[in-house]
Amino acid sequence: MSNGSGNAVRKPRARYIANAMRAFGDRAEPLVEWTIRLCGWSAILFVFSIFFFIFREAAPIFGELNWLEFFTSTQWQPSSEVHPRYGILALLVGTVSVTTLAMLVAVPLGLGAAVFISEFCTGKLKESLKILIELLAAIPSIVWGFIGYMVLGPIIIKLTGAPVGVNLLNGGLILGLMSVPIIVSVGEDALKAVPDSFREAAVSLGASRWEVVYRVLFPAAKNGLLAAVLLGVGRAIGETMAVLMCTGHAVQIPHSLLDPVRTLTATIASELGESAAGDPHYRVLFVIGLVLFAITFAVNVIADLIVKGVRNEQSR
Amino acid sequence: MIRTWPRAIAVLGILLALAAGCGKRSENNPAAKGKNIRVEGSDTMVNLAQAWAEKYHKAHPDVSVQVLGGGTGVGIASLIDGNCDMANTSRSMKETEIKRAKANRGADPKEIIVGFDALAIYVHKDNPLDSITIEQLAEIYGEGGKTTKWGDLGVKDPKWAGQPITRVSRQSSSGTYTYFREVILGPGRDYKLGSIDQSGSKDVVALVSKTPSAIGYSGMGYHTDAVKTLKVTKKTGEPAVEPTVETARDKSYPITRPLQIYVIGEPAGTLQEYLAWILSPKGQKVVLDLGYVPIKPHE
Repeated sequence: MSNGSGNAVRKPRARYIANAMRAFGDRAEPLVEWTIRLCGWSAILFVFSIFFFIFREAAPIFGELNWLEFFTSTQWQPSSEVHPRYGILALLVGTVSVTTLAMLVAVPLGLGAAVFISEFCTGKLKESLKILIELLAAIPSIVWGFIGYMVLGPIIIKLTGAPVGVNLLNGGLILGLMSVPIIVSVGEDALKAVPDSFREAAVSLGASRWEVVYRVLFPAAKNGLLAAVLLGVGRAIGETMAVLMCTGHAVQIPHSLLDPVRTLTATIASELGESAAGDPHYRVLFVIGLVLFAITFAVNVIADLIVKGVRNEQSR
Repeated sequence: MIRTWPRAIAVLGILLALAAGCGKRSENNPAAKGKNIRVEGSDTMVNLAQAWAEKYHKAHPDVSVQVLGGGTGVGIASLIDGNCDMANTSRSMKETEIKRAKANRGADPKEIIVGFDALAIYVHKDNPLDSITIEQLAEIYGEGGKTTKWGDLGVKDPKWAGQPITRVSRQSSSGTYTYFREVILGPGRDYKLGSIDQSGSKDVVALVSKTPSAIGYSGMGYHTDAVKTLKVTKKTGEPAVEPTVETARDKSYPITRPLQIYVIGEPAGTLQEYLAWILSPKGQKVVLDLGYVPIKPHE
């Protein structure tokens, strides 16, 4: 009997709590919804405010800048006292050549590793490889730069007889290795997303493992793989510290893999601190920022168009 | 399990960052502010400034001196903007910089010479060359210069004569970069593009030690056993002089420059005491210990 009376006391309290929680939940739901919505909008806000800030700092020089010289001259002499010249052709070529070289290294390595992890290995090996590659992505870029500068440089001199170890080849290799983890993890996800029925169908038709990968998985995971490669390109274009240390940071159009080069990002990094706010030099560095912005934007738009094109083709 | 790891690490990282942020804020409370000196500037002087700061802090534990490098240009920009109390510079401030400092901070910047530095010309330790003239340096580094191979400098060794000269230079915010341009290339002449621009005095020496064909300029305090210092002559025919404390002080070594500190207005309080200590025998001994040249002999 005493038990029954105890229950009788507890029951209304439990109901009260449940009611209170439900009431709180009803009120909290819009709150949570708005918080999440705000998080989404903040990304848009940040992108636009960054663009606005760079544009605002660069805009005052638009009228004075000799745009033809800016894009076609290799003379980058911003701190000259007699005749400052702002030609970014050599820097543009530097960025493009280092990125291209990095992709030549990273795409085969990265996609190869993604295929291996997703299709050819299982169990412990698969898990440990994935952890190792995540670890590779966690290495700070200054450490990569240091490896290029202190280790890879002397090796390049010894093997190739090049006069300097910090050059296009060094920067491209380091940057390539830095881009591999992104390509692997995004690429692996893309391959994993292909339904097993595709593989089973191909195998049942007598396809070898290589044919399954090449004829079935690659076409099916095209979008994801392309996204992986473009994320790698983005990483390579935007990277600063490692290229500053490994490329040699020399303003010139490279004639061979063993020539030092300088990239757009490294130029901003090494020169922005010195230039007084409002100087032409300062403004031109922000114009370079806009150029970088335009390049990444173009890469993204092209990627989007390709992906859409692929999708349309598939739906037809 | 594996998936949750990165999240745990991220949370830990955020907590650490917050803790660090809180720590910093409490350091900046007004009571401690008077005893805090912020120094920024020349990369040539960063080792020196750090040694001063440590020694001074040992003797005066209530004063903390924070030293940042970045280059002379960065230090001056920071002094003008009021982000530091004193700027180390390896060149004098330009007219425009002085004007901006006055407009921004309300007083003229004051220049104090705290020592001298000989700018050494470094080559790889295996390089057969022993001495070089200022004109030769100008032809190597200057815009339109014709000297591109070690053979052009009179090196006969067939292994070296055909080797291209790899020019190692500094980033343009460096006072050393500006000083070298003024003194070696002469007024109105720019650097030839294509040099390898390093962001620190130490980096120049490190790169030269790893690159047989390289030549570079940096403070003589940065000498290591892996590089060789060239003797320098003003003109061909004159005797070549090695950079040492003595030759730098009597100016017989041609590329010697003052190391300066800039402050805004007349220094007072802790800052004034610190500057006086730097110029005292104790502070000047640090200058000598680090391979630079004190302002007065026999100290």
